[in-house]
Amino acid sequence: MKIAIASGKGGTGKTTVAVNLALALGNAQLLDCDVEEPNCNLFLGFDLEKQEDVTITVPEVDSEKCSLCGKCAEFCQYNAIAKLSSSIMLFPKLCHGCGGCVLVCPENAITEEKRSIGIIEKGTDEHFNIELLQGTLNIGEPMASPVIRQLQAHIDESTVAIVDSPPGTACPVIASVAEMDYCVLVTEPTPFGLNDLALMVDLVRQLDVQFGVVINRHGIGDARVEDYCRAERIPILMKIPNDREIAVLYSKGIPFVEQMPLWKENFRELYRYICKFISYQGGF
Amino acid sequence: MVKQLTVISGKGGTGKTTITSSFAALAENAVIADCDVDAADMHLILHPDIFETNDFYGLKVASINKNMCVDCGKCATSCRFEAINRYNLIDVYKCEGCAVCEYVCPVNAISMVERKSGEYYCSHTRFGTLVHAKLGIGEEASGKLVSEVRRRASELAAEDGSDMILIDGPPGTGCAVIAAITGTDLVLVVTEPTISGIHDLERVIGVTRHFRIPVAVCINKCDINMSLSQKIYDHCKINGISVMGMLPYDRSPVAAMVEGKSVVEYSDNSLSSMIRSLWFEVSARLLK
Ligand code: SF4
Ligand code: SF4
Repeated sequence: MKIAIASGKGGTGKTTVAVNLALALGNAQLLDCDVEEPNCNLFLGFDLEKQEDVTITVPEVDSEKCSLCGKCAEFCQYNAIAKLSSSIMLFPKLCHGCGGCVLVCPENAITEEKRSIGIIEKGTDEHFNIELLQGTLNIGEPMASPVIRQLQAHIDESTVAIVDSPPGTACPVIASVAEMDYCVLVTEPTPFGLNDLALMVDLVRQLDVQFGVVINRHGIGDARVEDYCRAERIPILMKIPNDREIAVLYSKGIPFVEQMPLWKENFRELYRYICKFISYQGGF
Repeated sequence: MVKQLTVISGKGGTGKTTITSSFAALAENAVIADCDVDAADMHLILHPDIFETNDFYGLKVASINKNMCVDCGKCATSCRFEAINRYNLIDVYKCEGCAVCEYVCPVNAISMVERKSGEYYCSHTRFGTLVHAKLGIGEEASGKLVSEVRRRASELAAEDGSDMILIDGPPGTGCAVIAAITGTDLVLVVTEPTISGIHDLERVIGVTRHFRIPVAVCINKCDINMSLSQKIYDHCKINGISVMGMLPYDRSPVAAMVEGKSVVEYSDNSLSSMIRSLWFEVSARLLK
């Protein structure tokens, strides 16, 4: 069972929901796919062990063999190669690693080498009985999707995997939501929250992933998010109140299910609902 | 010289757009650019009246002509993004438009086609001209769209004789953020005193340092955890970063948002006057 936790904008409580859900369930994997700002472990404090580098292949030009024909630069769709009057210049950060330049070079002057753009780390904890997998994009690197894809290769299909997705609706989100069994959309009951929720609903519908909504900080703002969900027949899975105790625990980095047992049960109930829903749909 | 200010937050939900929309209200002669292109919110406060719509073309995508295809499978094995399946169908979400398949196809059945990946708009608002955008769902080129928005904003600023471009930046540290901050005169990071706020602040400051862009910090909702606020303040000080504002938690931003107004228009409370002095300080630093 693979469940993505996503939201159109950041700061709505996506990570809170992912971490608390994983803790409430136990015996689960938690994947932090928000690789530009991975935050799950701030609430868990596990000792992380590096698993591997995330690399993409980038070209290297052998200037001895290069005849300066410029075919590689012409081919590259991302402007990662430029032909200057006496040399070829590479812009590794723009390279997507497609390998096209190697194919088109008539002199076989281009080889590929690996360049690290991020890392994958893992941490486990006996007490919590969950496994955390975290991807981190190196500072200054533009491309998040390869890190997310490599992280997702670690999903263990035999357990429950909770995936904390990056915010927004662009490519990194697709990379983390597309192959999930269910997607929980976290939002706030405000006009911004509604606007961003509607964008996410478009996205998960296009990806054909089943979904429901969690309203965080329930009590601030207005009722338009709930009206919208009702009109669109979207299930509201949970409402987390705008509670001072929860906010204080959050600011200190303490997952609130640890201090508030009732919420542990609420998150388990949410999971049971998702399971029932999926089996009803014939998915499991 | 037109000055450019980018407001970012690393992590979302810290009140970045609340502050930028108030800045928009206070700025006398600025063009506003909403560069949070995959979850744009500024329009909910600025109520734009669109006078120009432009199509945005991001990366091309591969398209296979089934009548010419001889099922050799070369394209699928050459594609590094696993965008072509065994039935030679292209998954447009996975295709990164590299054109390798077009190159390897022995019968020229594949062509690269332009694909509209979004739109960007120029609008009149009560605070001046706004350039904003909508990126198509799941699109790759958010950094490129951010650059388009900024390019159009610069043109309009030159035409209008504006002295500033006010940029509402995206979350994260990846391509969209990099595109939103390169070449600006000042980046203002809005953070909050939470463990995640601090963590993301450090990463985002790392990005500004990496690209050598001047940076300042505003701590929003500082009273929800005073000791962490102090920690952020000290950390900035040690690293030579000025903390230009410490704003208290207040209910008025949400109430203002519900009414579609900026905080400084909605209320004359103390938060509102603190945002005014923050703006005074930021613009003084920019225009000096
Ligand atoms: S591998 Fe592809 S993206 Fe990278 S430089 Fe070569 S052609 Fe350009
Ligand atoms: S253009 Fe590149 S990414 Fe797209 S299908 Fe062809 S080989 Fe794959």
